[in-house]
Amino acid sequence: MGRLWLFEETINTDVLAPGFYMKSPIDELSKHCLEAIRPEFASNVRKGDVILAGENMGVGSSREQAAEVLKFLGVSCIIAKSFAGIFYRNAINLGLPVFTLPSEPSLPKQFVDGSFVNFDFDSTTLNLEQPSLQVKLDPLPKFLRELITDGGLVSHLEKRFSEK
Amino acid sequence: MNTLAQKIIANACNKVSVEPGEIVVCKVDLAMIHDSGGPRRVKPILEKLNRKVWDKEKVVVVTDHYVPIESEETRAIQELTQKWVLDQDINNFYDQQGICHVVVPEKGHLKPGMFCVGGDSHSPTGGAFGAYMFGVGATEMAGVLATGEIWLKVPETIFIRWKGKLDNLVTAKDMMLATCRQIGMGGGQYQAIQYIGEAIYNLSIQERMTMSNMAAELGAQTGLIAPDKKTVDYIERSDGQVPKNWMEFCIDTPTSNATVFEFDASSLSPQIAAPHSPENAENAEEFSNTVFDIAYIGACTGAKYVDLAAAASVLKGRRIASSVSLKVAPASLQDEKKALNDGTLKILQDAGAEFLPNSCGICAGYGKDRLTEGQVCLSSTARNFQGRMGAPSSRVYLASPYTVAASAVVGKMIDPRELDILNG
Ligand code: SF4
Repeated sequence: MGRLWLFEETINTDVLAPGFYMKSPIDELSKHCLEAIRPEFASNVRKGDVILAGENMGVGSSREQAAEVLKFLGVSCIIAKSFAGIFYRNAINLGLPVFTLPSEPSLPKQFVDGSFVNFDFDSTTLNLEQPSLQVKLDPLPKFLRELITDGGLVSHLEKRFSEK
Repeated sequence: MNTLAQKIIANACNKVSVEPGEIVVCKVDLAMIHDSGGPRRVKPILEKLNRKVWDKEKVVVVTDHYVPIESEETRAIQELTQKWVLDQDINNFYDQQGICHVVVPEKGHLKPGMFCVGGDSHSPTGGAFGAYMFGVGATEMAGVLATGEIWLKVPETIFIRWKGKLDNLVTAKDMMLATCRQIGMGGGQYQAIQYIGEAIYNLSIQERMTMSNMAAELGAQTGLIAPDKKTVDYIERSDGQVPKNWMEFCIDTPTSNATVFEFDASSLSPQIAAPHSPENAENAEEFSNTVFDIAYIGACTGAKYVDLAAAASVLKGRRIASSVSLKVAPASLQDEKKALNDGTLKILQDAGAEFLPNSCGICAGYGKDRLTEGQVCLSSTARNFQGRMGAPSSRVYLASPYTVAASAVVGKMIDPRELDILNG
């Protein structure tokens, strides 16, 4: 079980990977992830946690570290009302699952910040522990699913080059 | 009917035509990388894949983020960059000569019909030349460098039409801030935007670059402008070879079911966007009397030659208020030289400007001039997210170079058209 991190506001790349720490290695940069808006996030997030975000998740620069810090911190999946395009591509290329929340039906209000959840990639369902609820998300196109299951673009290419 | 975006993508994936929503694999004509997202990030991946760049003539490397070298860390990044460029035998290397989005076209690399990627979110700037150009992250860039290919979901084209004629002291930056307010930062929906209408074609090429650059602020994948005579002249002046078939890319009629946003340039006032989003734009007069500490003329979008000249036209014979400092970071060495030669820099200097290197500088929150706690900046850059240009408590307002310069004279934000009335 992971924890659900709910964000109402739009999260941009500058709060995910602040420019000032961009020279630092990923473990150091990760400590400052979201500190401008949620200072306790980086020290409390655990492997398997799920981020539930609002509109235009990851808007801003092309810096891939914005997705990489979340993967590094153990986030298992990001679900958002909508994604900024570059962030979406970056997350998939790093093997971090991203899903767009359908507008209908809306997410049950029991999914509150801090609730216990589990995300199952194969069935693309988000499971809430208490009360027991399930939300099914639209599966990704096959091409993108493969990139993620291969572990991201680099492993995907490694596989492709070794097959040749 | 095909849009310009579809035409370029179809060429790049070697198909007769493509439809929005289709996932295709395209051949890349040019890949641009900079010192921050470039070599230091792609090198380990290429090594892991045991690959060199697929075509060294199609790769352009620019150093602009960690410039100037000011610490051991930044020195290491620049040395790594230089060594990588040598190892890969890349000729197109522009070291500390300005910001990538300005340097790459001024060296004649971008042409109508090209399909390009850049390792930076403002890569849509290339759209001003009728090239399909978009930003990607480092891993994806490494994939491009290894294979020369990239996957793409063929976008819809969203048209933004600007009719009418701009008033004096109103610029492309004002057009874009107004567009951000109107359609929002997600309004581009990661589709292709194409700017059309007489007010667009009346803009100079560098002003068009501001439009295309800020397609990123609309969340679009790219921001195209169909090429015309001005485009061709610019490329020729930049020693670029204009493709013989460039006229095939003069496509700008909206498809029948396309989304078209209509704007009227003739009723547009200078804009200011409040912290912390470009979409918080209002007419500049709404902010009158707002005080600030730093006036910044900088960045790929706000310190090209046209922007320096705009600021100088306001500052000629004037001095900035003692309560503010004016910092100017010309976007490229070439533009700085031009401004030096025709006296533009002298005007800025006499007005009290302090000059910074030809690099991203404060725009990216790098360097010793980054904003400190609580500082308020009125900036000609593209983006004012919280903490981007420095300390988390700093606040950034966005405006055109005219507005930044005029406000610096008064020490308070104003509509630049008021300066003559106020200040004589
Ligand atoms: S000047 Fe600013 S917007 Fe332009 S490339 Fe540099 S950091 Fe990005």
